[in-house]
Amino acid sequence: MELKIADRSFASRLFLGTGKFSSNEAMRQAVQASGSQLVTVALKRVRMQDRQDNLLAHLEIEGVSLLPNTSGTRTAREAVFAANLAREALETNWIKLEIHPDPNYLLPDPIETFEAAKTLVQQGFIVLPYVGADAPLCKRLEDVGVQAVMPLGAPIGSNRGLETRAMLEIIIEQSGVPVIVDAGLGAPSHACQALEMGAAAVLVNTAIAVSSDPTSMAIAFKEAVHAGRRAYEARLAHVSSYAAASSPQTEF
Amino acid sequence: MASFYDELIKFDWERVSERIQSKNDRDVRAALENRRCTLDDFMALVSPAAASHLPAIKNRSSQLTKRRFGNVIQMYVPMYLSNECTNICTYCGFSLNNQIKRLTLNEHEILQEAHAIKQMGFDHVLLVSGESPRNVGVDYFLTALHLLRPHFSNIALEVQPLDEEEYRILQAAGLHSVLVYQETYNQENYRKHHLKGKKANYRHRLETPDRLGRAEVHKIGLGILIGLEDWRTDAFFMAAHLSYLRRKYWKTRFSVSFPRLRPAEGMLEPKVVMSESELKQLICAFRLFDENLELSLSTRERAAFRDEAINIGITSVSAGSRTDPGGYSTSSGALKQFEIDDNRTPQEVASAIRSKGFEVVWKDWDRAFDAGINATGT
Repeated sequence: MELKIADRSFASRLFLGTGKFSSNEAMRQAVQASGSQLVTVALKRVRMQDRQDNLLAHLEIEGVSLLPNTSGTRTAREAVFAANLAREALETNWIKLEIHPDPNYLLPDPIETFEAAKTLVQQGFIVLPYVGADAPLCKRLEDVGVQAVMPLGAPIGSNRGLETRAMLEIIIEQSGVPVIVDAGLGAPSHACQALEMGAAAVLVNTAIAVSSDPTSMAIAFKEAVHAGRRAYEARLAHVSSYAAASSPQTEF
Repeated sequence: MASFYDELIKFDWERVSERIQSKNDRDVRAALENRRCTLDDFMALVSPAAASHLPAIKNRSSQLTKRRFGNVIQMYVPMYLSNECTNICTYCGFSLNNQIKRLTLNEHEILQEAHAIKQMGFDHVLLVSGESPRNVGVDYFLTALHLLRPHFSNIALEVQPLDEEEYRILQAAGLHSVLVYQETYNQENYRKHHLKGKKANYRHRLETPDRLGRAEVHKIGLGILIGLEDWRTDAFFMAAHLSYLRRKYWKTRFSVSFPRLRPAEGMLEPKVVMSESELKQLICAFRLFDENLELSLSTRERAAFRDEAINIGITSVSAGSRTDPGGYSTSSGALKQFEIDDNRTPQEVASAIRSKGFEVVWKDWDRAFDAGINATGT
């Protein structure tokens, strides 16, 4: 089954971030290889007044939409301002809301994020907020009308995997909007696990961008996401503490 | 008000020096293995004992940098607004007692420089001046910000220490970062290097990052002038300063620079000479100490060294720099603050960076974010 967010359907459940690549060309190739249909782009990296922006030029790929993010903002007010600018410059009302006043671990500020989400939804944006793995916050955001939630698996860029697993399970169980696990996924197996758990999609950047062969790594993630989703749809077997013969001898 | 000074006085310069000197191989290996690098680990990493571990240290530093910052290098350029200065400092070309041509750019000249710098491809600019508050004070900086803001995405300032309220005013006008180097943390010898003028006030300068933190300026740049005093001990104090600031001002980003004393007109020879290999060690030590720290390297260093440094931890570099006011648009003949060593054009530096496997980033901020701040007050 395809993933649906707002009015758009996605065959691919792998979203990509576009930072940290060694060149725009390497980024373009990785995006293409990943099969991703939604890629985030940091507003602060884009020359918004400039149609010839080099980063954007490399992201003009058939079937790939841009999801601008508000990385760099510290308050709701700044994020709302930036989102409006993005809407105008990039001609999209989709926004990845990202407010992390802490510049070190880039952990999202729940209070500012909630306030900004409320305003942006009212202004007609499709809001995808980056948040901590905080279930009540995800529900509160859903209540004000965001179209998906993006809780973190681990701090951005840490490659540590699903360290918030127990909380993510609750969020997924409770959520009425797609849950996209964002940040911290360092290996294809992490992405696979997220999908197995029932995450609607994952967003990956560092693990692909910083690998010595980003294109191959993008393919590995693509396959892992595919496998994870398939396993989820096929219903994973229960974990049991007892042995069970794989060929039960019922003839006796 | 509480400041880093209260922390600083807990340390004794001589004792810190001795502790650094006494670090051995085992301490260095432990520092490399620890997931969180403590101040004690940092001592080991800047110690003489770490020199023989440099390959391993460089490797670790390179990995951490790539994971956190990716394969990208940020470009910036300094714009010298004025070389007027009321301080007498033994190491600086702008020193009051230097008989040189003094110049402060007027509005027209600032825009001319902006134009020349934009032509070179830059979008992040660092405004620099001497300390001459009567002519080059907050009003002057405000004017400069108003003039330059439409042309640059990111504006940083490296000028005399200001008050908290003044920083707030400048930030509302689009200021992003402030660099204020302590030069040396050795309080006793600080006096011998800063003979006259406001800069002679050690404590006022030391507490500047606290004022910047309270004003919520986005980024604070720290630095020591290598060559004034024992660099290992100074580096330790800067690391302690950083560690204090990081805990206290959680919304602030930090950068560190590593200027080595360079020949300037009529100036003294460095008291302590640091080799390039030691500079590499120092860069990596800061990376291991704080993986989120921006590490910046200016054109004071030679081209080959800079090209290597981006592989071991440096995240931002300047290029094509002129250290004389008006130097980009005219040859003013105004005196330079110091000589530069990497004379390549910005485009040459950029292609050297690309050939090392890095994307060159000219823009990593947007005026829009500052406009948001500005809108709060109006």
